Amino acid sequence: MSNDPIHQFHINPIVPLEVAGADASLTNASLFMVAGVGLTAAFFYWAMKPAALVPGRAQVVAETGYNFIHGMVRDAAGDEGVKRFFPFVFTLFLWIFAANMLGMFPLFFTPTSQIVVTATMALMVFLTVIVVGLAKNGLKFFKLFVPSGVPIYILPFVVLIEIISFFSRPLSHAVRLWANILAGHLVLKVFAGFVPMMAAAGAVGIIGSLLPLTMTVALYALEFLVAFLQAYVFALLTCIYLNDALHPGHH
Amino acid sequence: MDAEAAKLIGAGIAAIGMGGAGIGVGIIFGNFLQGALRNPSEAPKQFGNLIFGFAVTEALGIFSLLIALLLLFVF
Repeated sequence: MSNDPIHQFHINPIVPLEVAGADASLTNASLFMVAGVGLTAAFFYWAMKPAALVPGRAQVVAETGYNFIHGMVRDAAGDEGVKRFFPFVFTLFLWIFAANMLGMFPLFFTPTSQIVVTATMALMVFLTVIVVGLAKNGLKFFKLFVPSGVPIYILPFVVLIEIISFFSRPLSHAVRLWANILAGHLVLKVFAGFVPMMAAAGAVGIIGSLLPLTMTVALYALEFLVAFLQAYVFALLTCIYLNDALHPGHH
Repeated sequence: MDAEAAKLIGAGIAAIGMGGAGIGVGIIFGNFLQGALRNPSEAPKQFGNLIFGFAVTEALGIFSLLIALLLLFVF
């Protein structure tokens, strides 16, 4: 059924492949993930190839993006954060942005609408925070859970809450991106489904169907904003979490 | 009660949660505007905080919308 809003998230194998009993087929999901990486890499290679002192149009776009994320990492995680994590955050941002934007094309698959993709990235950030935090600060890393200036009699509860909030980070980090993209695409599909539904009701319905059509166009514009915003937010939260690894007890 | 009816009622109840996110996002943008009009020169520097607060709040509304949509279309 083409009107089923869930249909767009089905994963279909394109090139079936099995490695050591595990399913490693090239699916529409992995195809668009690779496309996201390829397009981003190709664009930056092409845009920065001249590396001119007076940049052309493409180079301005590439440099603006670079400066934007560079400034964000510096504001959120300091100069040390830039030195250590800028490539990681920039890669995450660009890939999520490319994947979200590819998903905005009709009939294209959105890799970030799969929880497994976003959860993998969120867990990667979470484990990086733990490993870097312990390696750099040793046991001082646990100061993250003990805020300073809290009265001693409520300290156990605060520590408990801090620990719970620390371990729920990867969950909310992953679900935020996934749910935003999934819900956005579902809502688009549902509203688009209203158009033929109304148009089927005769002459009045055809005029009336302009209303959901306008709404769909407006929602589409909103989805472009969400596609950018969620990539930005994912990168921003990554910076904030990584800052905790570098400077525990500074929040 | 019919299972189909329970599903629809559940989806409706889940969608109530979006109202809370609406209030929260309204407070965030309202307060940002208030602060920005009092001190416009400092406002652009708080853009990151604005978007961060918006995203964290909006995500909760999206979660309840997601539960509603999952109830409607997946179960």
